[in-house]
Amino acid sequence: MLEVKDLVKKYGDKTAIDGLSFHIDSGEVVGLLGLNGAGKSTTMNCITGYIAPTKGTVTVDGHDILKEPAKAKSVIGYLPEVFSFYSDMKVSEYLDFVCDLKGFPRQQKLRKEHIDRICAQTGIRDLKGRLIRNLSKGYRQRVGFAQALINDPKVLILDEPTVGLDPSQIIEIRQLIRESGKESTVIVSSHILTEIQAICSRIIVIHGGRIAWDGPTEQLLLAGTGRKEITIRGKGDAEAAKAVLAELSCIEQITPLPEQEEGAFDFAVTGAVGRDIREEVFCAFSKAGMPLLQMSSREASLENMFLHLTGRDEPVSGGDEPADAAAKQEGGER
Amino acid sequence: MTAVFKREFRAYFRTPLGYVIIAVAYFFTGYYFFSYNIYGGTTDFTQLFSLLFSVVLFLIPVLTMRLLSEEKRSRTDQLLLTAPVSRIGIVIGKYLSALCVFLIAILGTLAVAVIASFYGKVDWPCVIGNFLGLVLLGVAEISICLFLSSLTESQVIAAVLGFAVSLFLMLVDAVSYVTKSPVLQRFFAYISFNERYSPFTRGIVELKNAVFFLTVAALFCVFSTAVLERKRWN
Repeated sequence: MLEVKDLVKKYGDKTAIDGLSFHIDSGEVVGLLGLNGAGKSTTMNCITGYIAPTKGTVTVDGHDILKEPAKAKSVIGYLPEVFSFYSDMKVSEYLDFVCDLKGFPRQQKLRKEHIDRICAQTGIRDLKGRLIRNLSKGYRQRVGFAQALINDPKVLILDEPTVGLDPSQIIEIRQLIRESGKESTVIVSSHILTEIQAICSRIIVIHGGRIAWDGPTEQLLLAGTGRKEITIRGKGDAEAAKAVLAELSCIEQITPLPEQEEGAFDFAVTGAVGRDIREEVFCAFSKAGMPLLQMSSREASLENMFLHLTGRDEPVSGGDEPADAAAKQEGGER
Repeated sequence: MTAVFKREFRAYFRTPLGYVIIAVAYFFTGYYFFSYNIYGGTTDFTQLFSLLFSVVLFLIPVLTMRLLSEEKRSRTDQLLLTAPVSRIGIVIGKYLSALCVFLIAILGTLAVAVIASFYGKVDWPCVIGNFLGLVLLGVAEISICLFLSSLTESQVIAAVLGFAVSLFLMLVDAVSYVTKSPVLQRFFAYISFNERYSPFTRGIVELKNAVFFLTVAALFCVFSTAVLERKRWN
């Protein structure tokens, strides 16, 4: 559905993206993950034809964005990072204009039904007569979403769609993205890992204009550090608990955490590369007669993961680098 | 193209801009009609049309100043440039919307001619020739000012540049007299809008002058498109 090949974009001397290549199949929901300035928006702008790449090609639904722009653009729906609108327009007028722009048939009845359906889908049905500039940020974003959906796009491109929204609006927009994902191929960019995790089945990590990682979502955290991190709380003496953990070979690092409950201990435990340590930790404490009160997986922090993926981190405590690199490679090939 | 045209044309009347421009044009048409035709008791519209030359040159930069600059500033161009519409289509849509408002604004000249025809004999071929000249002047000037609007993100700068160009076009005849170089004199005479507009005010419709205005319009529309295209590659 979408093929990006050796994409390079230079702004003067600065290289924003440097040889990106990826392929997205029909029906995939893909997250572009990267820190600010990593090249996410530039990539999206190249895909949508807003800017032209210095080198490389973008093919959307079999049409090259530079050679057949009209055909390629007609299957794309795009919500830019900052959704801009004409301040003099009402929601319905704006959507009508977008219909015109995207070549939707002119028949009044057909068009009205279409706009009504999109408005219902994005939850702005009651706002059609309002000026967009008078809407709250959350509703404006929905209008932006509606605008992107107007041509029933085969490829939906959303650039940081939840930035600046409150938690309930974020949940609503995520829901919208999931629903759209049933009908379209979706590309969402974000610098928030949890957000991408919540929506996407595949993640492409961009760093410094290059792809740092590309693979299924569930493998990213493992690929990020290669190590499972858990926090535990158990009943008993902290020193004794540390001794129990120290005996486990699968554990690489033990960090005591501040005591939260009286008579209980808290630890953050990092397992060896590629090992799920939960079961072994549980059994060890059970054997020692120290009941575990709580155990949870810690989300790997994006920063750490980035540093790791871009090869700038230090192993947590003498980790096995070659094995780690192999795990990364495996993830990348999927 | 039609989508852009429709939006822009409506936008003129969603804000006071379209009304103000039309009102100002009608005011000056009415004023000159009163002072030259009614007060002077004549149905000769030459004076009225030649005075409107400068009014038009100062109204057009205001008419076109926001067309492309505002899109760039508010980043609404992202929607246009990622929609299945060509860049030349966007430029022409915007150009035609300004041209239509301009045509409405100068229709007043025909209205006063009709009024005059009730009281005296109006030389219609001359009036039509005059009107055609005014239309062609707008056709060329709107294109130039649209191009200026594509160069900047600021409406004010676009308007000021437009005024500068208008002023230059008005003064270019005088400049051609002060220079001694015959090449420059010929060049200034060639690009002088006034030189090409004044035959129309005498009721002479010369094809070469019409072609000149139309060529300028086409050229600057292409320039505006090139500016949009250039932005994409930078």
